[in-house]
Parts: sequence; structure tokens; C-alpha cells
Amino acid sequence: MAAEQDSILDIRGVAKRFDSVVALRSADLKVRAGEVHALMGANGAGKSTLVKIITGVFPADSGDILIGGERKVFRSPAEARQAGIVSVYQDPAIVPDLTVAQNMRLARVGLDAVRTAMRSLGVERVDLSRAAREIDFATLRLIDLSRALASNPRILLLDEITAALPIDLAERVFAVVRDWRKRGASIIFISHRMAEVAALCDRATVLRDGVTVGVTATQGAEEKIVNMMLGTEVAKAAVSGAARAKQTASAAAPALEVRDLACGHGLRGVSFAVRPGEVLGVAALEGQGQEELFDCIAGVRRPDAGEIAADGKPLRFRHPADAVRAGLVLVPANRLQALLPQRPIRENVALPIFGRLKNWGPIAMKDERRRVEEAVRRLQIDTRASSELKRLSGGNQQKVAIARWLAAGFRVLLCFDPTRGIDVGTKRQIYSLLREVAQQGASVLLFTSELPEIRLACDRAIVLFGGRISGEMPADDADEARLLRAAHGLIAADAEATA
Amino acid sequence: MSAVLQFLKARTIVALILLLALFLIGIELVRPGTVTPLWASNALLFAAPLAIMGAGQTLVMLTGGIDLSVASVATGAAYLLATNASSGDFSAIALALALGLVVGAVNGVGVALLRVQPLIMTLGTGLMTGGAMIVYSQQMLASQPHVPAIIQTLGAGKIFSLVPVDLFLWIAVGALMLYGLNRTGFGRLIFAVGDNREACHLAGIRVWRVLFVDYLLCALFAAIAGLVLVGGTNAADLSLADSYLLPSVACVIIGGTSIFGGRGGYSGTIVGALILTALTSLLTLLDVAEPLKQILYGAIILSLAAAYARLTE
Repeated sequence: MAAEQDSILDIRGVAKRFDSVVALRSADLKVRAGEVHALMGANGAGKSTLVKIITGVFPADSGDILIGGERKVFRSPAEARQAGIVSVYQDPAIVPDLTVAQNMRLARVGLDAVRTAMRSLGVERVDLSRAAREIDFATLRLIDLSRALASNPRILLLDEITAALPIDLAERVFAVVRDWRKRGASIIFISHRMAEVAALCDRATVLRDGVTVGVTATQGAEEKIVNMMLGTEVAKAAVSGAARAKQTASAAAPALEVRDLACGHGLRGVSFAVRPGEVLGVAALEGQGQEELFDCIAGVRRPDAGEIAADGKPLRFRHPADAVRAGLVLVPANRLQALLPQRPIRENVALPIFGRLKNWGPIAMKDERRRVEEAVRRLQIDTRASSELKRLSGGNQQKVAIARWLAAGFRVLLCFDPTRGIDVGTKRQIYSLLREVAQQGASVLLFTSELPEIRLACDRAIVLFGGRISGEMPADDADEARLLRAAHGLIAADAEATA
Repeated sequence: MSAVLQFLKARTIVALILLLALFLIGIELVRPGTVTPLWASNALLFAAPLAIMGAGQTLVMLTGGIDLSVASVATGAAYLLATNASSGDFSAIALALALGLVVGAVNGVGVALLRVQPLIMTLGTGLMTGGAMIVYSQQMLASQPHVPAIIQTLGAGKIFSLVPVDLFLWIAVGALMLYGLNRTGFGRLIFAVGDNREACHLAGIRVWRVLFVDYLLCALFAAIAGLVLVGGTNAADLSLADSYLLPSVACVIIGGTSIFGGRGGYSGTIVGALILTALTSLLTLLDVAEPLKQILYGAIILSLAAAYARLTE
């Protein structure tokens, strides 16, 4: 009973639907003062909806929100902020064409307070008079967080703040979160990374299909949380390392070969090869040349030097269409870059086929439907809201971005952080799909910001540091410690020392 | 009530048809006995050139663009036809359509390759076309313009004094538009480019090709509409299609095509063109002064667009 009264935030039976899609059925959440509380759930479980209801972005259809024992309904995020409830949303709420300082003024927070917060996050050197669009995504997340901290919140909601952050920056966020907990603030923390939830959070509330299914202390409860999140279908999708390709086919010509590739300041001479049937992982901290590498191979940017070859043939791309034709296809990090938000799943999946002039004419509708349905089935895409892509959950959108290439056909799939902000269940589906694709003879180049994924999904890994390859290892040896050392450029020195 | 709203939201075309019916009832109330088969036949006759121009406008607005040169192109095509009729029907018509292709190609190059804002680009080419036509007309003072008989039949003729001939052209254009937008690769690309240009680029689509053909087709439709218009008036002057510029955009917006692109279609534009024709007819019947008529026309179009935006939100 005493614990009940301790709740600074008490949410009871909150429900919300958008047209025909039910986002929340009955969500309960009790957060104590001075705790870090994890809000867990698969994609589409309703976490982000709940955050937006708490902060007054839109109203709940039913249910109560009690703050400090008092019923409250906020009509806008500004009202919530005045009550000390501040959120950092999944997509940065920042106007790209304004400077950082102007963005802060929009939110009516003092620049001095923002600077103090930025110092605590180690980004105080960012020039506030620069346009937000010139600042990289990870730094922007930290600035967004600084803005939230500057209004001195009692309850801070962090929705996937670490999803796009490399380990070193995430650590800074954790330190700040712990510091605020010590000061008595409550933090609601949403993340799909189980390890950081276990390390950072005191308790966790788990949502499944819009209903609160349990509350637990996080210490040593990872497996329990995953089981609650996934419900019954838990063990089905597990990917075992044993399914990995037997690396006997090394004699085959590489599906993709890159030699001395350089581009701008980011990429300074990288060489590697991907065999048919291989999943090659790429690991790196933020901004070590991985964007440039993927863009060059996908024909989005032109390299300054070096060579790209597919099946032994050197290639020169002037447009992504050239790369697609050569079978090198990209799943970009940002889903919004890949998809048509107002169009149905079917048109999104079929899109690349119309890149060729000969397909501008009448569409063979039956054939198209068959292809699309096949891809949708293989990826287990939830098609309930299929008429407009923007109504799908993030995980399903990501699946559509991959499904399109299954339908169009490819040789090498270039996946740039495909599991960013995606729940455990969907991640496993994507890993097993990548493996399946490889077993059928295609190749995969996979960059991931989550280091444990390398062992789960890849055969071999390369690590980039400062635009060059700083380490290469079989996936079995690619534990986090080793990857991290290489990602900080430490492995070469290591090898020299032992020699 | 909310069930009705839900239904209308799901089928906006039904809402549009209801609106059209409302205008027809309004006309009947203002002057009972007006809405007859003959009246309907005349309304279709006048709506056809607008709807054909609206077809091109739909194509460019679906990609998030706009074409403000359509009125100048229609006028120019009509004028070229009339002044060259003496050299044979076929070559006069070919010359008129060629003007559309030339202006459309220039628009296409500007918008697709040089990445000029469609509004600025087509405003510019529209002015240039209009200017060129004035220069051309001054050289042509001596000749005797006339509209070929076949075009007069197209623009003013009726079968059994009831079914307008241009209705058949409209039906052909409509069938082509509906089929093209929904069942061809090019149609898919128009929606896709309007929805997310970057996504198309990354998916290996050469966006400029889509936009180029799009503006080419739009100007071609405008030239065809110009021929239908001049067939109806039987007099080519240099302000023939001026009053069609705003309606060509308005009928697309009323028809539910998003000005930001990616959403909409031609069936809405068809009903939009009919609604605008009925509105003009209603205002004429009300017998108000021309300035007041313009104010009412503009206000009604604005409120329709606003109501529609609510419905499709």
C-alpha cells in the first residue's frame, strides 16, 4: 500500500485507438519518485502512444492519469512541460532549417540551462548558431535531450534515445540519467536493448498489444521480460549460430569486392570482399566512414578513388539505378528515406520494378500480387493497416523496406542498421531472413550499431575506424569486447604488442 | 452522424457526387425547370475542355508540382490552329499539338533536370508563350483565321442534338487517365515520385524521366483542351483560355488530389470539373454583378477546399 502512494505517476487503464487500429487497450504504469523505470514492449505494443498521451500530444480515449495523486489531463506538450513532465521523442523534435539556438528558443528554454545540460553530456562544443540540419543525428539526439533537461523535469520520458547512439555516447546518457535519478527525478526509459535496460533501470513495465502484462524488477530478469514481451511465440524465432553457413565455398568468386575505396573525409581506403552466401558484418562507432561506404556501394555517392566489383566485374555507378541493376541494393538506416508513406504496402513493395523503362507500361496485376504476397509472407508483415504505409508500426515499415528487394531480386543486400529501434521479436525475424537469403546464394553486407548482433547474424565481421578497416574477425570471435577495441582503433596496437 | 462521416471519409468520391447533387438542387431551387437533359448536355459540353485540362493538371499535381502555363498553351494551340487552317486541317492540328509538346518539354527540362520550382518554371513559360503569341499575331494581321470544321464539330457538335461530341474525347481521356494511373508502371511512378522523391531515387528510379514525361503530357492535354475550346467559340483570340487557369487547378484540388503530391486521382478531378461547371451555371442564374460573381466563385472554391481537407485528414 505504501508503494502505491509512492507513485509520482500513476496511469490506470488508458486506451487509445486511431480509426480502426487499436494502439492501447488498457495500459497501467506506476512510476516512483527517483527511479528509472523501463517501458518495454514489442513494436506496435503501444509504448510511443503512451508516451505521447502522458505528455499531452493527443488525449486518451479513456483511463486516468494521476500525477502526485491528482488527476491530470494535459492538452499540449507545453502544458505537460510546465508540470515538470518532459519527453524526448523517438524522432527528434527539431526544425532542421533553424539553428540550434533558434530551436531552443522555440521550446522556450533558456540557453544557459541548455549549455549546462550539454556540458553534462559532453557536447558543449557544438556551435549553437549552426543550422540543425548540419549536425549529425547522434549529436542532435543529445541536444534534444539537453533541451529536455534544461526545463528541469520531475518526470523525464526517453523514447528510444539510445537507438541511434554509438556505445560511447549512450554511456554518457546513462551517466546523466543516473545523476538525475540521484536528484530525485523519475525517468521513463524506452529501449529495445535489453542489456542497457538491465544495467540502468530499476523496474520495468511490459506492454503487449496495448495492454500492461507485467511489472518486474529488472535485475536478472532479462529472460522474463522477453517472455512477457513476446507472449507465447517466444522460442520460435530464435536464431542459432549453428545455422551459420559452412565456410567451405571460399573458392567462389566474391559477390562484391571493394578495393581501396575512398570518399571525402569519411572513407579513406577500404578493401574487402563478400562471398556468395556470406553475411558480412560491419561494426563501427558513429561517423567512421560506414555511411560513405554504403552510399558508394549503393550508387548514392561517387567514390573519389578505388574500385567496386560485383562477380569479378568492375562497376561504376552514376545513379542508384546502376547499382540496383548490378544487384547491389540498399536498405537505408532511415525508413523515411526508403518508403512512400501515403501509398499502400503493395505499391511500396513493387516500386523498384518500375525503375526500368520497359516496365512503365501495363502492370501484370496478378503477377505483381503474387510477388508482393510472397514477400509479405516471408517477412510476416502485419497487413491490417496496409492501405497507407505510415500507419504501420516501425518494425513493419522496416520489413516493407526489405520486402521490396525480395520481390525485385538482388545479389547483395546492403543493410544499414536495419534493426534500429525494432523489438526483439522482429529483430530475430530479420536475422533469420538474412540467413535464409544467404543460404539461397545471395550475400549480405550488414552494418549494425548494436554489437551483439554481429555474432547473432553474421559469418564474419570487419570493423571501421577513421575510415579504414581496423579489424577483421570471424563472427564467433566477435564478442563485444573485441569489437569495441577494434572500433576504437586499438586492435592493431594490440597485435603489434603481442608480436 | 459520425458513421456517415466515416463512410464519406472512406469514399470521398461519394461526398463529391453528393456535393454535385447539392449544386444541381440549388440550381433547381433558384429557377425551377432549369435542369433538363438539354441543360445537362450543355453542361457536359462546357465541362469537357476544363476536365481535359484538369487531366494534365492532375498528372503534375500528383507529383507535387503545378503547371501554370496550361492556359497560355491552350490559347496558343487554338491560335496556331486558326491561323494555319489554310494549310490543311491535319497540319494545323499537328502544329497546335506541337506547341504543347514544345512548351511541355521546356517545362520538363526545367523542372526535372534543372530542378526549378514548378510554380516559377511554368509561370515563366506561360508568360513566354503568351508573349510569343502576341508577337506572332502581329505578323499575322493579314491572314484570315478560321477554325476547321472538324474542330468545330469536336467543340460544339452534338449527336441527335443531345450528346456532345467532345464528351467522347473526354471519355477517351478519362479512360486513359484512370487506366494509366492505376494499372501502369508510369502511373505508379507518378504517385511514388509525388509521395517521396528521395525514396524513388534510392529504389533505383530515374526521377527526372518521370517528371519530364509528366510535364510533356500535361502540356499536350492543355493543347488538346485549347482545340476543344476554340471549336466551341469558333473564334481564336489571345485571351481564349485565360479564365481556365484557376479552375484547372481548382477542379484537381476539389477532386481530392493533394497539392503536396502522392495522393488523389483523376476520378475526383472529373467530378471537380462538373462541380465547377454547375457552380458557374448557378452564379449565372443568380444574375449577380460580375465582380460579386468572382468573389462568390473564389470564396466557394476556398471553402470547398477547406472542407475537403477536413474530410481527408
